[in-house]
Amino acid sequence: MVHELYEETILDHSKRPRNCHPMDDANHKAEGYNPLCGDKLKLFLRMDGEIVKDVSFVGSGCAISTASASLMTESLRGKTRTEALALLEKFHDLLTTDSPVTKDLGKLVVFCGVRDYPARVKCATLAWHTLKSALTTDSEDPVVSTE
Amino acid sequence: MSTPTSGMTVSLDAGFDVERVRADFPVLKQTVHGKPLVYLDSAATAQKPSCVVEAIRHFHEVDCANIHRGVHELSQRSTASYEEARAKTKRFLNSRSKNELIFVRGTTEAINLVSSSWGRKNVKSGDEIVISAMEHHSNIVPWQMLCEEKGARLRVIPMNDRGELLLEEYEKLLNPRTRMVAVAHISNALGTVNPVRQIIEMAHRAGALALIDGAQAAPHQKVDVQALDADFYAFSGHKVCGPTGIGILYGKAKLLNAMPPYQGGGDMIRTVTFEKTTYNDLPYKFEAGTPNIAGGIGMGASLDYVMRIGLDKISAYEHELLVYGTEKLLQIPGLRLIGTARDKAAVLSFVMEGIHPHDIGTVLDRQGIAVRTGHHCAQPVMDRFQIPATTRASLAFYNTVGEIDALAAGLKKVKEIFS
Repeated sequence: MVHELYEETILDHSKRPRNCHPMDDANHKAEGYNPLCGDKLKLFLRMDGEIVKDVSFVGSGCAISTASASLMTESLRGKTRTEALALLEKFHDLLTTDSPVTKDLGKLVVFCGVRDYPARVKCATLAWHTLKSALTTDSEDPVVSTE
Repeated sequence: MSTPTSGMTVSLDAGFDVERVRADFPVLKQTVHGKPLVYLDSAATAQKPSCVVEAIRHFHEVDCANIHRGVHELSQRSTASYEEARAKTKRFLNSRSKNELIFVRGTTEAINLVSSSWGRKNVKSGDEIVISAMEHHSNIVPWQMLCEEKGARLRVIPMNDRGELLLEEYEKLLNPRTRMVAVAHISNALGTVNPVRQIIEMAHRAGALALIDGAQAAPHQKVDVQALDADFYAFSGHKVCGPTGIGILYGKAKLLNAMPPYQGGGDMIRTVTFEKTTYNDLPYKFEAGTPNIAGGIGMGASLDYVMRIGLDKISAYEHELLVYGTEKLLQIPGLRLIGTARDKAAVLSFVMEGIHPHDIGTVLDRQGIAVRTGHHCAQPVMDRFQIPATTRASLAFYNTVGEIDALAAGLKKVKEIFS
């Protein structure tokens, strides 16, 4: 049922996104864009060496993409760059494969229902694609598109 | 017929038996996610009646052969069926001659054919092409490409907040450098019916030609290219209940005759030597290679089908659905219609406060309701209304008031989930 997609945590984070503000002292930034639905997202990271000290975002999007960005920011703080990228891979597997849901995804398991909605996978991964570009490119302000 | 709805009875055109029409569409008799399918995405593609499916099947099972050059029986049959489809299109558009009708893949290819063939020959640096603010990308990008190549200028007729073109602004755009005016007959994103006859007349007074993108008009109202005095008119078979991959470019014979071929190949030639090739007559000059024969025959069957029902009856019935649907949707708090032109086709494009169209589309889908969400290949329209996307319910003559009620109920559920 549609309630499995829009489960409580997702609705909560889409209506009251956490860490949803620009960051003045960010040292990594990236922009994400989903041309299919017009969703736009700007991600701010403050890295201390290899450690994610702070992370925030601004943007406009559907419930799935907003909640995904919000929950991503909550799960990244304190992680190393390598750990963050590993989490991205696990999150991507959660959405696109039938692999068993692993516990180390924490709250992110609420996106498990997206598996049954292939058209919505891009909504859930926009923030994560943007994260990858912020963490892996040298340019100050890269723009990533899901297309 | 009359259909009881919540607390009221709605009477629609007594001359239109929608249940009988629906019986012609096998696809409509299914459930999606356990609910009866409510198909409200006909502006993207219309469903196909059995007679169209049967015509395509018959071609493949009985008459299948390549056309135009074979002397054998099957080739003659398939040639006759294919050319008969062109004759049906002549009746459908009321063109002077069959030779003014070019089979193409669809509206997009028709416009590209004109911008490439006519455009390359006739547009020069400093010339101007006029389009409108509500065009589909397929009536923007080919002209943009031409303008870039030639150093010409693309100018845009603005619209008001209802989604109506501002003709006084259009008048100001016209000048001796204007070569072509290319506008949609009906907007796919807004439903606006443009006064194309007047737009064409104004273009002609300025010495320009006019191309009409009829993709959204052909399925919903009677089109008469002679009465409109259109220089070019394009539509797609699949939006008129035909198959995909086939459509028509109408062009006035004297213009088509003066244009260079679009693509080279078989069928479009008269004689070929390594020194020189002479080209075939209209319409074959523009039809290189083995065409979509089955598609042409299927489209012929679909045009027959809608002409048999009657385009005037279809328009009248769809207008009643539009009036009913507009009223029903406006009762939903926080819903705003995008596109409220006084002359409008049965398209209900809308946004809901605080709820993204994609979420609306997903929740409706789980109730068996198919709508389109996104920018509808009209990003400049979205920018004009400062929205990223809309939800669009587009109606056809096989839809019912009951289905509009289902949409309204579905949207109430959307609100329950997201508020």
